[in-house]
Amino acid sequence: MKYLDEYRDPEAAQRLLTEIRKTATHCWTLMEVCGGQTHSLLRHGIAAELEGTVELIHGPGCPVCVTDQGAIDFACQLAQREDVILASFGDMLRVPGSDSSLLDVRTAGGRVQVVYSPLDAVELARRYPERQVVFFAVGFETTAPATALAVRQADRDGLENFSLLVSHVRVQPAMETLVEAPDHRVQAFLAAGHVCTVMGYESYESFVETYRLPVVVTGFEPLDLLEGILACVRQLEQQQARLENCYARSVQEAGNRAARDLVQEIYQVSDRAWRGFGVIPRGGLELSPEWSQYDARIRFEKQALPVLENEECRSFDVMTGQLKPTACPHFGKRCRPETPLGAPMVSSEGACAAYYRYGMSADHATA
Amino acid sequence: MCLGIPGKIIRWLERDGVFAQAEVEFDGVRRVVHMACVTEAEEGEYVIVHAGIAISRIDPEEAEQIFQTLAEMGDDEGWHATETDDAGEDS
Ligand code: SF4
Repeated sequence: MKYLDEYRDPEAAQRLLTEIRKTATHCWTLMEVCGGQTHSLLRHGIAAELEGTVELIHGPGCPVCVTDQGAIDFACQLAQREDVILASFGDMLRVPGSDSSLLDVRTAGGRVQVVYSPLDAVELARRYPERQVVFFAVGFETTAPATALAVRQADRDGLENFSLLVSHVRVQPAMETLVEAPDHRVQAFLAAGHVCTVMGYESYESFVETYRLPVVVTGFEPLDLLEGILACVRQLEQQQARLENCYARSVQEAGNRAARDLVQEIYQVSDRAWRGFGVIPRGGLELSPEWSQYDARIRFEKQALPVLENEECRSFDVMTGQLKPTACPHFGKRCRPETPLGAPMVSSEGACAAYYRYGMSADHATA
Repeated sequence: MCLGIPGKIIRWLERDGVFAQAEVEFDGVRRVVHMACVTEAEEGEYVIVHAGIAISRIDPEEAEQIFQTLAEMGDDEGWHATETDDAGEDS
């Protein structure tokens, strides 16, 4: 397919690999921020190809993985109510809450409906006027316009049985939290392509200035990733720290105006608990007061629940690059995609699941 | 979760503002996509779709850029050799 196949051309990928190897005088440590990129780097064997030239640290970039356990617990409670249909993206279903997942709740008879788009959840609300439809709105800035559009649509249609459990997270505050950790190892960032498609990359100017680290906006196909890696390596070799856009076919500096306007209209920036990180200041989006009638937390008056994180899971260390997924003592043993101990093993874009899936077992990874 | 899939705009269904919609084809499969963020796109153009909405148009000129750069890179010796060197590697 046009604009997909070309970017998977193996011969072109070899040229870029060669150029990266030629350019790097020693092994640099880069972090790809987006879980979609982690998935792609492993799937296409890029991480393995570059072993010894570039070490890739898999950032906190899977919104499913970082969704706070409290939100999952609340979603589970809602799904158990007689009057509620809980609509969610499929990847959220197996993420463990304190004592159950949405899948467990569904198996036990709860109403959990998988949707592909938040707009499908609005359609559900239209179809089942006798029930409350709650959409579990997870995702980075990439997904926020879609959920904002769902709110606008529900509003236009006067649907009183539609609301959102908003758990949107913002990428840049998490990157800041990461590099403020005194022992972080990141030397350059591959910035998340579709977050930048929506939000642009102007805001990284000050980030680059403050932290003196290269930031390169990068796409998802093999050539995109290799081009982004090469740009980082070139900067590092020249001791530079600049902002570059290697995903210009989709990303403009100011992002997508219409999408940003939608996000700004419906949401406001808020502090947000990230699983594995704790509360990140300005790390999330919530509905702005004008749209609070669509806030499921208000509509269903959440009773505060104690949130217990699974202490055996080393997800924070994985997401900050301190620990390779394969080095976690539970990896592939007690913790597997069918029986995840922690969120990074649940979604196929979680770092642990990506390693598991592409066969990088503990023995393999170091071989 | 943040993946976007490129698709081709087949025809506009509703072109106006926030509730704009178009029929978009992905690898032979057609779906209705919300177009509020790319209302300026034309039929026949490609867009990137995420969670049911188009989040950007694909700029064809920018899309060609990398292949030009690669062509220039190809003039330089080296890469053919590596390609064959790597052929027998395990992966
Ligand atoms: S392998 Fe499992 S237990 Fe270990 S960090 Fe990953 S998700 Fe957590």
